[in-house]
Amino acid sequence: MSLTREDVQKLCVLARLEITPDEMADVLAKLSDIVGLVSQLEAEDTTDVVPMAHPLDQTQKLRSDQITETDEHQLYQKNAPLVEKDLYLVPKVIE
Amino acid sequence: MEWEVVVGLEIHVQLSTESKIFSGSSVRYGAPANTQANLVDLGYPGVLPVLNQQAVHMAIKFGLATQSEISARSVFARKNYFYPDLPKGYQISQYELPIVRGGHINISLDDGGNKTIRITRAHLEEDAGKSLHDDFHGLSGIDLNRAGIPLLEIVSEPDMRSALEAGRYMRKIHTLVRYLGISDGNMQEGSFRCDANASVRPKNEDKLGVRTELKNLNSFRFVEKAIDFEVERQISVLEDNGQVVQETRLYDSEKNETRPMRGKEEANDYRYFPDPDLLPVVIDKNLIDQLRRELPELPDDKWERFVAEYKLSPSEASVLISNQASADYFEVVAEASSGSAKTALNWMTGSLAAALNREDLAIEKSKVDPIDLATLINRAEDGTLSSKLAKTVFEALWEGEGTTDEIIQTRQLQQITDSNAIENLVEKVIGAHPEQAEQFRSGKNKVLGFFVGQVMKACEGKANPEQVNSIVRSMLKAQ
Amino acid sequence: MEKEINKKTLTQLAEGLRQGQFSSEELTQYYLERIDLFNGKINAFITVTREEAIQQARAADKALAAGKSGPLTGVPIAHKDIFCTRGIKTSCGSKMLDNFISPYDATVVKRLKDAGAIMVGKTNMDEFAMGSSNETSFYGPVHNPWDHDRVPGGSSGGSAAAVASKLVSAATGTDTGGSIRQPAAFSGVTGVKPTYGRVSRYGMVAFASSLDQAGTLTQTAEDAALLLESMAGFDRRDSTSLNEPVPAYYDAIHEPWQNLTIGVPDNFFDEGLDPDNAQAVKDALKIFEKLGAKIKDVHLDHLDLSVPVYYVVAPAEASSNLSRFDGVRFGHRSKNVKNLNEFYMQTRGEGFGAEVKRRILTGTYVLSAGYYDAYYLQAQKVRKLISNEFMRIFSEVDLLAGPTTPTPAFKIGQKTDNPVEMYLNDIYTIGAPLAGLPALSVPCGLVQGLPVGLQLIATHLDEARLLKAAHYFQKETDWHLHIPPGYDERER
Repeated sequence: MSLTREDVQKLCVLARLEITPDEMADVLAKLSDIVGLVSQLEAEDTTDVVPMAHPLDQTQKLRSDQITETDEHQLYQKNAPLVEKDLYLVPKVIE
Repeated sequence: MEWEVVVGLEIHVQLSTESKIFSGSSVRYGAPANTQANLVDLGYPGVLPVLNQQAVHMAIKFGLATQSEISARSVFARKNYFYPDLPKGYQISQYELPIVRGGHINISLDDGGNKTIRITRAHLEEDAGKSLHDDFHGLSGIDLNRAGIPLLEIVSEPDMRSALEAGRYMRKIHTLVRYLGISDGNMQEGSFRCDANASVRPKNEDKLGVRTELKNLNSFRFVEKAIDFEVERQISVLEDNGQVVQETRLYDSEKNETRPMRGKEEANDYRYFPDPDLLPVVIDKNLIDQLRRELPELPDDKWERFVAEYKLSPSEASVLISNQASADYFEVVAEASSGSAKTALNWMTGSLAAALNREDLAIEKSKVDPIDLATLINRAEDGTLSSKLAKTVFEALWEGEGTTDEIIQTRQLQQITDSNAIENLVEKVIGAHPEQAEQFRSGKNKVLGFFVGQVMKACEGKANPEQVNSIVRSMLKAQ
Repeated sequence: MEKEINKKTLTQLAEGLRQGQFSSEELTQYYLERIDLFNGKINAFITVTREEAIQQARAADKALAAGKSGPLTGVPIAHKDIFCTRGIKTSCGSKMLDNFISPYDATVVKRLKDAGAIMVGKTNMDEFAMGSSNETSFYGPVHNPWDHDRVPGGSSGGSAAAVASKLVSAATGTDTGGSIRQPAAFSGVTGVKPTYGRVSRYGMVAFASSLDQAGTLTQTAEDAALLLESMAGFDRRDSTSLNEPVPAYYDAIHEPWQNLTIGVPDNFFDEGLDPDNAQAVKDALKIFEKLGAKIKDVHLDHLDLSVPVYYVVAPAEASSNLSRFDGVRFGHRSKNVKNLNEFYMQTRGEGFGAEVKRRILTGTYVLSAGYYDAYYLQAQKVRKLISNEFMRIFSEVDLLAGPTTPTPAFKIGQKTDNPVEMYLNDIYTIGAPLAGLPALSVPCGLVQGLPVGLQLIATHLDEARLLKAAHYFQKETDWHLHIPPGYDERER
């Protein structure tokens, strides 16, 4: 199983991950190897097997509906690369 | 060619919890930017979601009220896509196993009949933040206060055949969620939002046409207008031998048109998968039974009861039911007053509606307590107040002068029913107008009205005009 | 200050502090000096929190003097840089978080702080814990103290190397596919990965949420028991954490020996295993026999599929977990971008290293339309088969034992060009996290001067039995007491 350059480019768009032209050949080759590895799964018969999403058979615990958090936006925004008027700034969002 | 319209709606209802669906941040509307976005809402490295029990209960209540199946086991999934208002790069939603499945509600049609609209599913999910497009040197600003607010997304089957039916369905859901107390339904604040999937097909064709998804339909009227516009557009495309493109379109209420959304054109692949941070939600029968007991009387049941018990017409009942506060107000007045339910309704649609309109108030904020209105009706019924004075008392109640009886007392507005008192008044009036009395005796019956008018004026309208009339007549004759 | 502090275990240090043999400040100063002296050689630390540590140590000394000490009061430890630490850089080994100061403490960090432990620094790791060699760190590779040309293992390589070289007596780590046990084996320390959900994941930067589990890297199983007792337990901020009481591990491991049946998977000893490594493990099993344990051959039918399952499930979850790194609210942000799309592509393209990119792309692939059923769903089903198999075996045995790794530590750069070969190296450690089982690695020999590990696996929540077996093994052996050449105190 090997991937094409177009496959990788499509994945890069979905994952919003730039791969430079220099990196491309390496990424393509190694990803193809990895896909080859995981393709071994196909041969296993899993008819009637329930997929396992969690390692333990537990159910969701719920939180009571209470406000437990206070405003700390100034502390949190210290990590933000670009903030103005308490808003996080990003390149223009077009709708 | 004759075309059939096919519409399905996706309604996003903001659940009226105190805190967010996966964090303890407040959901209060209108807070300064990012002051209600904590580490979990911001998608900080290392944080984890913990599900709000109240949101689950509210979803179950909706399911019970729509005869849906409540999933014994439901699963949260991640919907992966990048958008600046989506902090984690995925939205926690439900995909394969939603909490509510397969219900229905009925809408009424203009021909008097009913139509059942099937509800495919309702699932819990978190809201995204908001992008603000004010100019920050060509950049957009992101406010994440809304991120993580609990939503119930209610998805209908494509069962509606007109914009009008879509509007009815949306109103019906709106009324229902407010009755259930699971949402304030405030559309201005975005607590009740709607997307529509609309398509057309030739009449008698079974296969569905290509649909478009209409976004930004934030009022009942916009839903109807957007669908109308879109249906016309699709028909004209098809009649020109064109093809409808499956796409997302934004409704522009100012121009009354829909147009393709830019930036959404790229085919999305959301890569849904079960969220490993959240375990399956298991709902047992005991909880369902408990929540069923907590359900209020539902709008349809209340409508039937209003028609049967209060003898209201179907349309009168519908108007009252559509707003739970009106229905509650009505019921208090009708129960506490000795008059007919119609009298109560007339007061509500008359003086009360006028006063509320005048000050642009919702009925919840009425300055007249329903018990006072009931007492007012009782005082009119038992003859204490004339209908004219009753209106005066209503205005005094509105102005906060006290209870009905206090106002009658302090303003001395009781109707004068004592015939001795009225006879004394009549005698004075006759004595003051000998000329007119003479005219009566000479057969001019018309002056009777003059005397009644003078007596009513002298008693400031507090006497019963009919009673005055008969006393004037007999005393003039006796002279 | 007495000699050879570096030979003392965490347990002995805690006891020494309580008895006033030395102060926490002296002890902290001692380890900070060792870090100054040796970290340049092995690159085990990303951040050293000197001032904070000294301040905490002084407070600890006051608490000790007042008789108000906790189980770990005054003992210096280090945290893997995957744990959020309030006011301290938390990089996760990535350029993406090179400038990230966490505004909060992970639950593990908070609990150890509450127990009195002193944090002296944050240890190096594979970027976002993705790696088995510590070569993917933005801060450069960690060098194995036993041989500086070799890897210490990963992803908790910094913690393993720091404990092995006695720059600190104990450190936290995280294990997703072997990230505690494998570096423990390569570096000659004791590494414990508890049951999934035993320790809160809150504040641990997520790699693969259904596999990640925090644990310990220490000199001895006794130390691990002491540390784990303070770390474990339900956390209301992590709804996948287990709401089960935490046993008194430290007391439990000192209970008298009770006979056990130890299952040994025959296919752990197939051709992939280095013969000398195999011999060390077989010798270790003889010690257990001597203790009275019954050794039973078992077979893991799905062993070969555990690597492919892991390399579907873990990247899938990772691809989604790492979407939050977008340069908007924290972390690296690309400059000079023309539009929103470029902003995302470049920020993430620049912020992540090659291995992280490969895992994100792999995860994106196996979740994408048309491939989900064949890869992701199929992997979840095979995961179930693997889990069922373990459950069946644990109805017949008390513990499983085998090698931790196929070989001793490999050379830096030896496997970087072949990720699949690197992945296949994880074959023995991947099974336990797939099934959520607790497992540990203890030093069991030296092969050509390099440590190798014995792995023990137990059933869910059976950490006490697991730690006790390791403790009795360490009472019979001294592999855990070896100090890499050049790291002895005398050579300072």
